[in-house]
Amino acid sequence: MKERLTAAMDKIGLPRLIIGLFLIVFCVGAAILKLPMSMLLSDMLVRFGMNAVLVLAMIPAIRAGTGLNFGLPLGVICGLIGAVVAIEYKFSGLTSFLVALGVSIPLAVLTGYLYGLLLNRIKGQEMVVGTYVGFSIVSGMCIFWLLAPFHNPEMVWAYGGTGLRNTITLESSFDKILNNFLAFNIGQVQIPTGLLLFFAFLCLLLWFFSRSKSGMAMHVAGSNPRFAQSCGINVNKMRILGTVLSTVLAAVGILVYNQSYGFLSLYNGPLMMAFPAAAAILIGGASLRRATIGHVIIGTFLFQSVLVVASPLFNVIVEGSFSEIFRGIISNGVILYALTTGREE
Amino acid sequence: MALLEFKNISKFYYGNQVLKNVSLTVHKGEIHGLVGENGAGKSTLMNILFGMPVIHLTGGYEGQIILEGVPVSFRSPAEAMAAGIGMVHQEFMLIPGFNVAENIKLNRENTRANLVSRILGPKLRTIDVRKNRADARRALDRLGMALDETVPVGGLPVGHMQFIEIAREIDKENSKVVVFDEPTAVLTESEAEQFLKAAQKLAAGGMGVLFISHRLDEIIKICDRITVLRDGEVVASLSRSEASVEKLAELMVGRKISRLTVAEKKSGSQKPILELINFSVDMPGERVEDLSLKIYEGEILGIGGLAGHGKIGIANGIMGLCPARGTVLKNGKQLPLGNPMRMLNEGMAFVSEDRRGVGLLTDESIELNIVVAAMQSQNRFLKRPLPFFTLEDRAAIREHALKMIRELDIRCLGPQQTVRSLSGGNQQKVCIARAITLSPDILFVSEPTRGIDIGAKRIVLDLLLKLNREMGVTVVMTSSELAELRAICNRIAIVYKGRLAGILEPTASDLDFGLMMAGEYEQRGAAQA
Repeated sequence: MKERLTAAMDKIGLPRLIIGLFLIVFCVGAAILKLPMSMLLSDMLVRFGMNAVLVLAMIPAIRAGTGLNFGLPLGVICGLIGAVVAIEYKFSGLTSFLVALGVSIPLAVLTGYLYGLLLNRIKGQEMVVGTYVGFSIVSGMCIFWLLAPFHNPEMVWAYGGTGLRNTITLESSFDKILNNFLAFNIGQVQIPTGLLLFFAFLCLLLWFFSRSKSGMAMHVAGSNPRFAQSCGINVNKMRILGTVLSTVLAAVGILVYNQSYGFLSLYNGPLMMAFPAAAAILIGGASLRRATIGHVIIGTFLFQSVLVVASPLFNVIVEGSFSEIFRGIISNGVILYALTTGREE
Repeated sequence: MALLEFKNISKFYYGNQVLKNVSLTVHKGEIHGLVGENGAGKSTLMNILFGMPVIHLTGGYEGQIILEGVPVSFRSPAEAMAAGIGMVHQEFMLIPGFNVAENIKLNRENTRANLVSRILGPKLRTIDVRKNRADARRALDRLGMALDETVPVGGLPVGHMQFIEIAREIDKENSKVVVFDEPTAVLTESEAEQFLKAAQKLAAGGMGVLFISHRLDEIIKICDRITVLRDGEVVASLSRSEASVEKLAELMVGRKISRLTVAEKKSGSQKPILELINFSVDMPGERVEDLSLKIYEGEILGIGGLAGHGKIGIANGIMGLCPARGTVLKNGKQLPLGNPMRMLNEGMAFVSEDRRGVGLLTDESIELNIVVAAMQSQNRFLKRPLPFFTLEDRAAIREHALKMIRELDIRCLGPQQTVRSLSGGNQQKVCIARAITLSPDILFVSEPTRGIDIGAKRIVLDLLLKLNREMGVTVVMTSSELAELRAICNRIAIVYKGRLAGILEPTASDLDFGLMMAGEYEQRGAAQA
């Protein structure tokens, strides 16, 4: 019996188990406090969809052997630049979203390539260096946001007229463009069809890629570089490919996130983007060397759902922003767990 | 009285019985040999003796272990060591920056009290360097090692490290039983010789020695008693006088096998398919310098030599896995160095000596391991649903994997089993399957039988022979085991200090091989003339 229990524990994984239990306890709590369930469910779906692409961005990095991509803010910034450009030229609706994608993806490819070159020079230290690359770039970009020659009054500071604002509304451009696409209600629960379809589409692309020649090569390079080399695979090239894909997905991911959120957060907004995404995929059961789309889906759902339920629950029970603290404990705790246990594989 | 006794030990792993009522006894002053194929249960038995966590995590064991008349059951390796059971590991647990004496006395240093330690406790006592060195010297002398105890361990040859490990075990005052697990696998032939002498000295000094080895001739040479395990059962317990290599091999495998014999040779062509000119390879520990060699089409060329003289470096250098200089001509055409993809595309395939490190993706399926090289270098096993997009062709992969599993007789549960769970011999077959999937004209095979049992050895060698005879593949086999080189090669090149010492017929005398490997062939040859 005990053996079977430990075997089951191993299969589910500790993070998944703990967060799953939290979710159940919180849901019961929410039911007791009579919080509106339909609203919570709608929120869960939206929060899942808006974060899932950012979590998906972890997969190529893990598969290529560079570990969790803590350099995610690089891609996020590319996405933000795309969005800002789309707003500056006053595009609206779907066009503005496509323009934002069109600008940010090539930018992310270039950034990812350069970042990949850097990662190839510091093998074994990718996650530490990535974290600090993310931090430094975010700080560096603060100067850019302030000095860049944008003029659209929607975005620049109201007084003085130069420099971009901290938060920029997307009302005139692509606010909820995916969320509202084909959206419908089941009872009082709103289904953000477009958002979920878009994520599913990206999953499908990634799945096809993982079964392609390059996808296979990337996976082999990530699991055993020396084996890969003996198969004629250029390991450094594959690591760059993984980094580029991860950066591009991050850029797309932040646009998906922002359209659902309704605002852009510049300046220090991208600073902490990597940590919840890393935590989510780890909760889903991924390790530093192995990650699947299934991990992304399960992990994002568990993590975001816990946060969705926790927030109103804590607001009722205790004063203050306890749910923020809770989020910090979970995401940093799970990353710590993965970094300290994932070594001996 | 028996020093150490295993009584009716049984062990289950997840419902599979891996040991069935195993009993064996080690007496004081005795060397007890333990042989068996991979997977026969030797390691499990040792894990039980040392109380390894894996045993307790999987439900413990049945039966009794008795040490000097007292039943014991160790919960951890530390307990076993405290009780006087020592183990010499295959992987070295040595600190490179410490010198020999420091490594031998590690954590058991002789110390002297000083002022600080009198106040703050024994952790701060002064290390008595002179006494430590004397102890180390004594342990090394018992082994017959002339090695200087004050040199740092880092950079010493592998063989010496093995001796330092052994010295550490025998320096422990209460050592009663020492377990040697494949101690000679990494040693050269002369070092192995020295090691065997040392083991005999230990036993003569009153210790019990449990000796696990794949080299049956060694077992017969030094063991007083030999226990043979097969499929988790003791199939025989013989005294030295009853045992012979053939008999042991037969008992282990459970079917009759013949000694490797020199196979009949196909008349080799004189057309060089591959030519190395002033070829140098920068492989740590196996440097090749200025080597020139011709490989003829359709032959099996053996490359031999002692460990560390560069025989391993040749194939790694050609395949582009280690930095190399010089000229490589294939059919007269010069090939660029340091480009593995190009070499694969030129029809060369490589089975690495480092099976788990380079040869396999241990956590992936058999089928992926077999096809991945061909997929990447030759675009096979792919389909193209869109002009710019390729997908793996699962049906073709499965079909090919099944064919390979059948032809090479890979014992597995199916093509999707991970290779980590296969035995050494079957893993080697997967490596060979991957290489021949590339349909090469030249196949480099390094140490094809290292760490695999005698039954599988024969199969692997037969397989190489078959590839050469039936498919016309030129085979270049690098091996530390002269007997297997002589069994299937047409010519055997001996490498000494990174250079070609000479090429011998497989039928050449032992003396010639010995002299050549020791780098004294020319001088002696000249002297005789």
